[in-house]
Amino acid sequence: MAITEENPGYKWVGTRPIRPDGLEKVTGKAQFGADLMLPGMLFGKVVRSPHAHARIISIDTTAAEAMVGVKAVITGGDFPDLAANGAHPSEIDVANNTIAREKVLYEGHVVAAVAATTREQAEAAAEAVEVTYEILSHVLTVDEAMADGAPLLHEGMITKGVDPAPEEASNVASKILHERGDLDQGFGEADVVVEREFTTKPVHQGYIEPHAAVADANSDGRAHIWCSSQGHFQMRAYSASVLGISPGMLKVTAAEIGGGFGGKTVIYLEPLAVRLSQRAGRPVKLVMDRDEVFRATGPTSGTRIKVKMGVAKDGKITAAEVWMAYEAGAYAGSPVGAAGMTAIACYDIPNFVVEGYDVVCNKPRVAAYRAPGAPMAAFAVESVLDELARDIGMDPIDIRLANAAVEGTQASYGPKFPRIGFVETLEAIKDHPNYTADLGPNQGRGIAAGFWFNAGMMSSATVHINENGTATVVTGSPDIGGSRQSMALMAAEELGIPYESIKAVVADTETVGFNDVTGGSRVTLATGAAVVDACRLIIEDLRARAAKTWDVELDQVEWVDGQAQHAEGAQPPLSLKDLAAKSGRTGGPISANASLNSRGVGAGFSTQLCDVEVDPETGVTRVVRYLTAQDAGRAISPDYVEGQMQGGVVQGIGWALNEEYIHDSDGVMENPSFLDYRIPVASDLPMIDCAIVEVPNPAHPYGVRGVGEVGIVPPMAAVGNAINDALDVRMTDLPMSPVKVLEALNEQRD
Amino acid sequence: MARTHITTVVNGDETEFLTEDSTSLLNALRDEVGLTGAKEGCGTGDCGACSVMVDDKVTCACLVFAPEVDGSTILTVEGLADSGELHPLQQCFLEGAALQCGICTPGFLISAKALLDKNPDPTETEIRYALAGNLCRCTGYDKIIRAVQEAAREMRDQ
Ligand code: FES
Ligand code: FES
Repeated sequence: MAITEENPGYKWVGTRPIRPDGLEKVTGKAQFGADLMLPGMLFGKVVRSPHAHARIISIDTTAAEAMVGVKAVITGGDFPDLAANGAHPSEIDVANNTIAREKVLYEGHVVAAVAATTREQAEAAAEAVEVTYEILSHVLTVDEAMADGAPLLHEGMITKGVDPAPEEASNVASKILHERGDLDQGFGEADVVVEREFTTKPVHQGYIEPHAAVADANSDGRAHIWCSSQGHFQMRAYSASVLGISPGMLKVTAAEIGGGFGGKTVIYLEPLAVRLSQRAGRPVKLVMDRDEVFRATGPTSGTRIKVKMGVAKDGKITAAEVWMAYEAGAYAGSPVGAAGMTAIACYDIPNFVVEGYDVVCNKPRVAAYRAPGAPMAAFAVESVLDELARDIGMDPIDIRLANAAVEGTQASYGPKFPRIGFVETLEAIKDHPNYTADLGPNQGRGIAAGFWFNAGMMSSATVHINENGTATVVTGSPDIGGSRQSMALMAAEELGIPYESIKAVVADTETVGFNDVTGGSRVTLATGAAVVDACRLIIEDLRARAAKTWDVELDQVEWVDGQAQHAEGAQPPLSLKDLAAKSGRTGGPISANASLNSRGVGAGFSTQLCDVEVDPETGVTRVVRYLTAQDAGRAISPDYVEGQMQGGVVQGIGWALNEEYIHDSDGVMENPSFLDYRIPVASDLPMIDCAIVEVPNPAHPYGVRGVGEVGIVPPMAAVGNAINDALDVRMTDLPMSPVKVLEALNEQRD
Repeated sequence: MARTHITTVVNGDETEFLTEDSTSLLNALRDEVGLTGAKEGCGTGDCGACSVMVDDKVTCACLVFAPEVDGSTILTVEGLADSGELHPLQQCFLEGAALQCGICTPGFLISAKALLDKNPDPTETEIRYALAGNLCRCTGYDKIIRAVQEAAREMRDQ
């Protein structure tokens, strides 16, 4: 095979060996958040609000404290009042979400926590904590929250991003706006204009492992936390802030993590476990039940989105107008900002207005979920684009090709795109046999595309060469889907030693430099670049040691295939093993650290093709064939790139067809179990076909873009467009459950 | 509080432990026996992460009270490998990248073993239905199904 940019002749990058942490995970040895047991450890239990919105009048813990086995009971009063200390508003929100002080803002909001010698005792004590509430009226959706005279969650909330600032408080935390060109002129140039309104419900990340934390506090104020988290440095910072101590007082060890998808980038249990441990003088374990996970963590926003788009007969989009309101849950911070930036970012559109609102309501505070904000916006925009293509009789891939962002396009959110691979993903779909596969009766085919920025941020890595020439690669990025394998593959490629000679590990907050969270699809990109940097420092060091050994100038020494070679062949090569064995005589241990703020991200694009079969009698939709094409930049570890692509798609299929938060009129969640909040199971699905596209990211040594998130952006529209293709009904409200499909069919018949 | 004395065989070893009557088999295995391979994803029988074999039947350990297993034989993921040699399912899950986070893996391995014990040559649809009680949020199931197909093939060839 020729060595090209697409195939540069790598030995390890792009291969499919067994992952470094696999054996522990198939034998049950891997230690996840809830698996740790410490001597004398207590079990904790959290007390949660049964009300969606209420003022806490009093909390009486005396009965609970007097119970057998109970060692500690804490409430909001056991934590510093950050508001009184002048902390940043975002820190105050984190603290108040961790444990309520004056008001509870959603059903499931923490009001107290207990620790006792057994689980049963802790549960009984939690029930014995007496909380007196004054119930307040609540708002559950953006419509209710934005209505005139709506009850306010935060009395001082003045909408940001509006000039002049409103005088009155509201539930709208902020407004975002992106504009270009002249909307009226753009719509004037259109031959067809379609305008639609869409709604989506909150959905949960649905990781199978509930949140878990163990804390062991010392009497000197220091504490060790073990937790299931996507970023133990972030956990340390948040926890220290809530506890009112310096981050250096906390050591955080990342347990193996049983899924997160963004939902484990925030804290819930950690500061509570530390405070309970301090009060009890013993280690404390806190683990959520599944219903607590649903009621009080995640989810992502419910939304209302309006889209108006116009196209000329040649398929060129002339104008787009997008209005969106995103639920933030109890505290400001919905992903509407990212939604506004991504909504039309796939396309080069001359005239547009994108307007968005971040709206608080009495539901759990939303947390990041895979490409946060983008999937709902894409559901709306890609559905409208599908309709426009039909109206002008154009192929759905061709209309996207006619408008696709390419290198040099001014992105709708500002900067010019560097090299990107959107067009390549569209072509990959068109070239695949699924694109022309025969459809049966009641079957339909849908296409949709999606964009996600991918993050960079800060990472650190340390590489040690062991005395026998093997290597240990240490990072601080919790490995959520196989990233230790990519780290080891890149290190093997750099050092020129076998993958099997490298052990990649995730270290605690005291053993490696700072790392931002595992999120934003950033680990293989940024932490990977830190690993590459550290390996290159090692190679510099090894060359210098060889030069010293041979008594030649440094530039006479090259590093090739894992060994130092003399440029003119005047010396027999020195392998990494030789150099490691001699390290004591050539300058001591061989080790290097690298830390960086990512040198540039690589935008991710995905295009997906979905075939469904809809039963017109029952309204049940079944996905019968699915293809996802995604630009990975470079697939360091193709097995786990495919895994991310397939996993994202299937979460999207669940979002499209089944998943939703259902609240009763009191604001109590009605379906907080996997029985009633039904995520896709194996028998719901076909195989998920993958086409990995590799358009290298110029900002990464191997061209990595990051692959974790964009796969969840297109599925809802792909499924909706396929349903429309099958039955000619346009679904605008997620999930597209059998009832709603039947309703749409009935309306069509009338 | 009086605790009940239970005698079982766990992964081939006679195992005794004390438990409260209301404790689940899952918590007894994890807290008393010290085997944390079976996981709690829901505690209500809906996710399969806690799957173990009790007298050769796949069982959600979270739905069984510990005293109910007195006299039973239990297999957990820790007992799948034979003196360090991986079961073909474990090997195929590794080679086929059938796990991402791995929290669901112990449950899938047990359910898949139960399937292959009964049906050495299942169709894709049979595998999908046999594993429908095991939730995986990371993989989309594709690579899990393929790994089970591959393990079945290898076991038939042996
Ligand atoms: S924990 Fe037993 S089925 Fe989920
Ligand atoms: S691998 Fe994470 S839930 Fe299955």
